[in-house]
Amino acid sequence: MSVRVLAALLVLLVMPALGRAQGYAGLGAEAGEGFAAVTRPADLRFPRDHGPHPEFRIEWWYLTAALTGEDGAAYGVQWTLFRVAARPGPEEAGWASGQIWIGHAAVTSAARHAHATRYARGGVGQAGARAAPFAAWIDDWALESRAGPGADGMAAVRVTASGPDFGFALEGAATGPLVRHGEAGFSLKAAAGQASYYYSQPFLRLAGTVSLGGEAVAVTGTGWIDREWSSQQMSPDQQGWDWFSLHLDDGRRLMAYRLRERVGPSHAFGTWIEADGTARALGAGEIVMEPTAWAEVAGRRLPVGWRLEAPGIGLAVDTAAVNAQSWMGGDFPYWEGPIRVTGSHPGRGYLELVGY
Amino acid sequence: MRAAVVLGALVSHWRRHPVELATLLVGLALATALWAGVQALNAEARESYARAAALLGADRLARVEALGGGRFPVGDYVALRRAGWPVSPVLEGDLPVGPAGLRVIGVEPLTLPAEADGYGVAPGGERVAAFLSPPHLGLVAAETLPGLAGVAGLPPLAAVGGLPPLAAVGGLPPDTLVVDIARAERLLGVEGELTRLTLPAEAAGRALPAGLAGRLTIVRPEAADDLARLTDSFHLNLTAFGLLSFLVGLLIVYGAIGLAFEQRKPMLRTLRACGVSARLMSLLLLGELMALALVGGAVGVAGGYALAAALLPDVAASLRGLYGARLPGTLGLDPAWWAAGLGMSLGGALAAGAASLWRAARLPALAVAQPQAWLAGRRRTIRAQAALGAVVALAALAAFGIEGGLAGGLALLGGVVLAPALVAPALVAAALALAARRARGALAQWVWADMRQQTGPLALALMALLIALAVNVGVGTMVGSFRETFLGWLDRRLAAEAYVTARDPAEAEAVARWLDGRPEVVARLPILRVGARVAGWPVEIYGAADHATYRDGWPLLASAPGAWDRVAAGEGVLVSEQFGRRGGLGLGDALDVPTPAGPWRLEVVGIYADYGNPEGQVMVGGAALAARWPGLETRRFALRLDPAAAAGLAADLRAAFGFGPEAAIDQAALKAASTRVFERTFAVTVALNALTLAVAGVALLTSLLTLSGLRLAQLAPVWAVGLTRRRLAALETAKTVGLAALTAVAALPLGLAVAWTLTAVVNVEAFGWRLPVLMFPRQWAAMFGLALVTAFAAALWPALRLARIAPADLMRSFSNER
Repeated sequence: MSVRVLAALLVLLVMPALGRAQGYAGLGAEAGEGFAAVTRPADLRFPRDHGPHPEFRIEWWYLTAALTGEDGAAYGVQWTLFRVAARPGPEEAGWASGQIWIGHAAVTSAARHAHATRYARGGVGQAGARAAPFAAWIDDWALESRAGPGADGMAAVRVTASGPDFGFALEGAATGPLVRHGEAGFSLKAAAGQASYYYSQPFLRLAGTVSLGGEAVAVTGTGWIDREWSSQQMSPDQQGWDWFSLHLDDGRRLMAYRLRERVGPSHAFGTWIEADGTARALGAGEIVMEPTAWAEVAGRRLPVGWRLEAPGIGLAVDTAAVNAQSWMGGDFPYWEGPIRVTGSHPGRGYLELVGY
Repeated sequence: MRAAVVLGALVSHWRRHPVELATLLVGLALATALWAGVQALNAEARESYARAAALLGADRLARVEALGGGRFPVGDYVALRRAGWPVSPVLEGDLPVGPAGLRVIGVEPLTLPAEADGYGVAPGGERVAAFLSPPHLGLVAAETLPGLAGVAGLPPLAAVGGLPPLAAVGGLPPDTLVVDIARAERLLGVEGELTRLTLPAEAAGRALPAGLAGRLTIVRPEAADDLARLTDSFHLNLTAFGLLSFLVGLLIVYGAIGLAFEQRKPMLRTLRACGVSARLMSLLLLGELMALALVGGAVGVAGGYALAAALLPDVAASLRGLYGARLPGTLGLDPAWWAAGLGMSLGGALAAGAASLWRAARLPALAVAQPQAWLAGRRRTIRAQAALGAVVALAALAAFGIEGGLAGGLALLGGVVLAPALVAPALVAAALALAARRARGALAQWVWADMRQQTGPLALALMALLIALAVNVGVGTMVGSFRETFLGWLDRRLAAEAYVTARDPAEAEAVARWLDGRPEVVARLPILRVGARVAGWPVEIYGAADHATYRDGWPLLASAPGAWDRVAAGEGVLVSEQFGRRGGLGLGDALDVPTPAGPWRLEVVGIYADYGNPEGQVMVGGAALAARWPGLETRRFALRLDPAAAAGLAADLRAAFGFGPEAAIDQAALKAASTRVFERTFAVTVALNALTLAVAGVALLTSLLTLSGLRLAQLAPVWAVGLTRRRLAALETAKTVGLAALTAVAALPLGLAVAWTLTAVVNVEAFGWRLPVLMFPRQWAAMFGLALVTAFAAALWPALRLARIAPADLMRSFSNER
């Protein structure tokens, strides 16, 4: 998912001049030198891999939730913690740490979208992540395990964040297992070999409160945690990224993304997840995604309505944004917000648009 | 065209009287130079304070500090961030490199609030990558950069990995390095500790979490700007001196302009008779005066710049020693300052020449040209001046009564200096009249009468001398009194023979064990010190052991019965004089001393002198303080032993524990260091004082020089009746020296009044402490001698000219009779 955001972050923090000059293409294969490489076969183990992997360059803990308020209105919540290693080499303690942590959080309703950013340096405990008991945090924002002994750390979680005019506190348990994307968690991102380790917990049922513009609303809904880490997954030929997580009413889940190539066709990939967690990777040609509606957002033209088709699994759905202005206008802007899904498999979900 | 001709005629006067022209220009230049010099120093210092106050947004951000001062663990910062507090960490410390040391300020760019980042080091900023990543770009002021190039390889820096790469940025105070907090830790040898946290002002009202409230405290931005407040008094004193010098310089200008006007009266009358309108003439005279003021002012401003540049190192040292304020070593050039200097010169010239211009504008075309009339007219002026003196005295008293405070005190000081100076010529004239009546013999009668005649034109120069001498006596008495009092106070205050400060409590224990093994140490007294704020003012809480060292020696100014017993029992508190004055505290008043456990109510049982300390201080029983301040660490000891062994013990301590010279110090060395700070503090005062006296000497010299030509008409008849030129010259010199002697005698009581005003009013208002006025007869004698020497030196040249004048010139004064 949010590879582009990370690329932008890294560029802005560590190579600002380069970032300005070359847009989002600052991260080539050579940028990964000195960091650990993502290789086949993936060997993901838990709870170990819930925690940080500082030998890799970038990593994130990403929760999105599609919610319904007691007022019947749709809400969306985003909670993200990025880890960026500013330089390769052994991890140093204290302020000398080369780890930089960035938090993004947002609450979206049909009428409003509020978001905030937090920065922290590693080494002192202001921000970080822990495998067991699972926790990821920056300042007073936290995504923490509420799972009982013996259960997976993400089987039950609590998530909190707040900004100048929003806040949320959600808690809930998973109705299904962790899901590995790609080849058992090895997710190829470009033909040249750029890849990441990628798994999700897409089955959370959450309840709690969100507040937006000073009004608190009780909410319930479904949540999705993404975990991904890598050192070099961007190709200089890729200019952007469209990513979906769909929570379908029949209990199934779909993850789908498309890396937009500068030259040639842009193929979509995905993971079709049964309600019991059985996953099937959707390769190039198995799923097609095309924009159907565009909106003017922050001076750019963004595709906020889509048609997704995967004939092999009988899927043909349309998506529409709950709020077309779900713009994360921070130091490195992108679009991220809740969507409605209609068609063969109705439901709801989240959409991320980067690089427009 | 006609204007050009008239102007040519007017200017021709200066061509024929170059000495008068020089007098006028010197007066303007001196007045402007001293004023502009002092202003340049003040402006430079204020600019530095403003930069220091605005550093990292400190003027807009609140801060979180350790309750007792000092550093606190990084964990406290993390705890606050995890509780949602938008704080950002700062680690500050001093690195002993370069003449002034380097202030190292370590910041964490990722959490730095927008108010604090004027340097592009926050995320998205142009310098963030270089700042955040090793070797960590350091930021300094442009003026600091060249000095650091020379010290980069010195031992204190080599040990901490040298200086980081440096970039010059605007807006930083001098000798200050802003660097990433990781690099700051290495430079300062600190690990896992912070000096303070920045906090947005709007969050300053929140209550700290329970676990931290006992150790940390929130300081609002307005309370944090101590430097400008503390140094205000120092700069007001400098300004007062500058103004005084300006005034003395203007007296010269006033005299020169008045004289020139009288001498040009025949020319003015002729021009008027030729049809030049009074309006045109006034305008031309005004233009001439302004042109002269511009030239003199330009020279003066340049001189003021040179003066300020010469004094800046001393001023910087004073401010650093007194207040820890940092000034750049070099002076900036501000166009506004140049303009202000020229403006002062123009305004001063206008004020000094207003009377002459007014008279020129109303000059009747047929008035009798009579230069001597000016001399006669001066007597009327003397009476008017005396009346003005009385008004000035009343105004000064009224200002002090109504305004009060430091400004009122300075107004009073101005009155004390000016009013008697204005009245003095009348008094001298009266004394001379009395003497003339008792004189026997023709020559004596002529001498006294002639002296009376001379008091008119010389009055201004003598007033300048009187003011300079009085201020000299006053300031000399104040500095001398302060010196004696300060040294005596140091003797009592530094009663212990040696002092040692450990770096941490564990080392303090090791030091204590080491000391207990030294037979020469008679007593080892722990000292507890902790910083706090009372009503926004920084106050040091000093916990003293219950020991004869304090009971017998502490410099108490006032105390209640059984004061020391009550302090030891934790019931009473001693307060420093300045803290007591600031808080309006007297014996028997209650004082709430802040502690982690809440306010500690104590009764004020004594007030002690604490000269030179800009911060307040209160003294409580050491054991009682430790009981109320858990975790307060003893790191400092006062040691009693044979004074002869003190230096050796301090040296052994330094060797055994690797202490720097400050950490283990014997009494003699500490006193020497304190005295050095004291001397530097007053170096500028003494220098300005001497300059004022020099200006007065110049005033006297120029007055005599301009008079010497005029006075030929008076001297020629005396020469004609048989007095030799040599005798006449000797008499002239004796008269000048005599007048100066009279002035010096008058200056003594005036100087003592100045000293009293300085110590009892200005000092108390400025610094919060009062000094006893001590008498220094030898200093007065020296001053008296100096006055005579100044007068003699000033009289010598005109007298030599007189002794060598051609008899034909004396004869001509009869034929020139106008």
